[in-house]
Amino acid sequence: MSAPLLRVEGLTVESRAGEAATRIVDGVSFALRRGEILGLVGESGSGKTMACRALMRLLPSSRLALAGGSVELAGEEIMGLPEAAFRSIRGRRIGMIFQNPASHLDPVMRIGEQIAESVRFHQGGRRRQANEKAVELLRQVGIPDPAQRAAAFPHEFSGGMRQRAMIALALASDPEILIADEPTTALDVTVQAQILRLLKEIRDSRGLSIIFITHDLGVVAQLCDSICVLYGGRVCEIGPKREVLAHPRHPYTAGLMACQPGTAGGSGRLRTIPGYPPASDALPSGCRFHPRCSHAVSPCAEVQPPLDPFAPDHLAACHNPVRQASLRTRETA
Amino acid sequence: MPHALLIGAVLLAAFVFVAVAAPLVAPYDPIFQDATARLAAPSAAHPFGTDNYGRDILSRVVWGTRVDLQIAVLGVIFPFLIGTAAGTLSGYFGGLTDSLFMRVVDIILAFPFLVLMLAIIAILGPGLASFYIAMALVGWVSYARLIRAQILVLRQSDFAMAARSLGFGHARIMFRHLLPNAMVGSIVFSMSDAVLVLLNGAAISYLGLGVQPPTAEWGIMVAEGQAFVTSAWWIATFPGLAIVLLAFGFSLVADGLGEKLGVRQ
Repeated sequence: MSAPLLRVEGLTVESRAGEAATRIVDGVSFALRRGEILGLVGESGSGKTMACRALMRLLPSSRLALAGGSVELAGEEIMGLPEAAFRSIRGRRIGMIFQNPASHLDPVMRIGEQIAESVRFHQGGRRRQANEKAVELLRQVGIPDPAQRAAAFPHEFSGGMRQRAMIALALASDPEILIADEPTTALDVTVQAQILRLLKEIRDSRGLSIIFITHDLGVVAQLCDSICVLYGGRVCEIGPKREVLAHPRHPYTAGLMACQPGTAGGSGRLRTIPGYPPASDALPSGCRFHPRCSHAVSPCAEVQPPLDPFAPDHLAACHNPVRQASLRTRETA
Repeated sequence: MPHALLIGAVLLAAFVFVAVAAPLVAPYDPIFQDATARLAAPSAAHPFGTDNYGRDILSRVVWGTRVDLQIAVLGVIFPFLIGTAAGTLSGYFGGLTDSLFMRVVDIILAFPFLVLMLAIIAILGPGLASFYIAMALVGWVSYARLIRAQILVLRQSDFAMAARSLGFGHARIMFRHLLPNAMVGSIVFSMSDAVLVLLNGAAISYLGLGVQPPTAEWGIMVAEGQAFVTSAWWIATFPGLAIVLLAFGFSLVADGLGEKLGVRQ
């Protein structure tokens, strides 16, 4: 296996309110190889978005601060870089697309112009060439009649088209990594499938690596090569997609899978995990999932479980992991 | 296209035409005094009548368009530019920059507008140049506040963050992305501000600190005609109507622009 393109180690983000500081992202580690699609999975507030914002140094509030960790891009440490040097990475080598393309595009600038601006900003060149490249990018992301549509404003596009335009915008700088923050959540199901197919095509044609943030395990199963499950700001399970989905070790992963429509056997009510994810100012001690966990044993409330290997590259942080037998009974029950 | 914008634009265009073509449009020399036709009522020879020096009112209104249009435009542009820059920096960076700019704004707002204007013009000496400088020094605060309030909101917006995620620097985000989104309000305001500046210019000229006689300027003409308003109503009325009409044109354009630019948001 080749060396990873991106290696994140112990990434920690603190939220400071007065004296108190809570870790909303706590020691998150993962690796991303060239051309790999990594699914970052978790409920709202699990820290998946914050972890990626921290990677990009785009934390949304001054109360949130990076409190530690190391990020290596192609073997080079980028966490300690000064802001000026980091700007040659943000946007240029790591691009980002967002959940709501309607609000993430400049409403008063033509789509083609926005893309051409990014092309010129990152690669220089004349306005004409940049405009041509913008049209070419719009064609690559499947916008019909791109030369005409480049003159449109964002509000003249449909949701799916806007998301395609945003992908084109992020690709304008020819990045190595694309962070996709729930890019399909705001779209209807058929458009969602088109966007997922598009992302896969782009990965195949450009050798792009993608970090795909989602709460939808179905999407992960379709798209991703590996999975990293977050809960309460910590990694609870990480590994290759097949391995994790076939043999989930963490009760939270198993619970999420049981919540998917279809796994319940086609009839009856959808399963749910009882309770709510913890609030960031009231994180439980020990394993953060223990108050909701049907597998909880005595040390769970006190001791934070380490990430233990279960198979090559497959790690889970649990004192009482799911055994295959018990999972099978779950599925047949 | 909204009708208000069309009508307003036509009105303004007409004034610009009159200003540019003043020598062709005006039937007489605006400062020529005809002793035989003092205080003449409107007639075929003098459609707007003459004043107490026998000067043709129509010609003076036509030539006054040049001066008053210049007052309205220059009296708005400088405050607009300064205020927009200050408001953008203030709203975007916040913190110390913001405190600094906003305290200066507070100090300027603490003085009555006209008193501050007069004080500055008194120091610089009477004349239009002093008026423009005073206008720029005092008038920018409204623009700064308007723009700052918009930028404060836009800076937190999703597309500002998306622009940062593309690696763009502060200057590019501020001026190419946030500002065009923030300007609608202040462009509309600048049009109604032009009306106020126009009246201000007239007031300053009336006090003898702006345009100097015998130059034709609507404000001075209204002031001069005031004494004769019961006996020769036309002296003050026609320049007054010109002010109203120009102001009307600016207001219509302001409304029309507001409607048109608002659509995209």
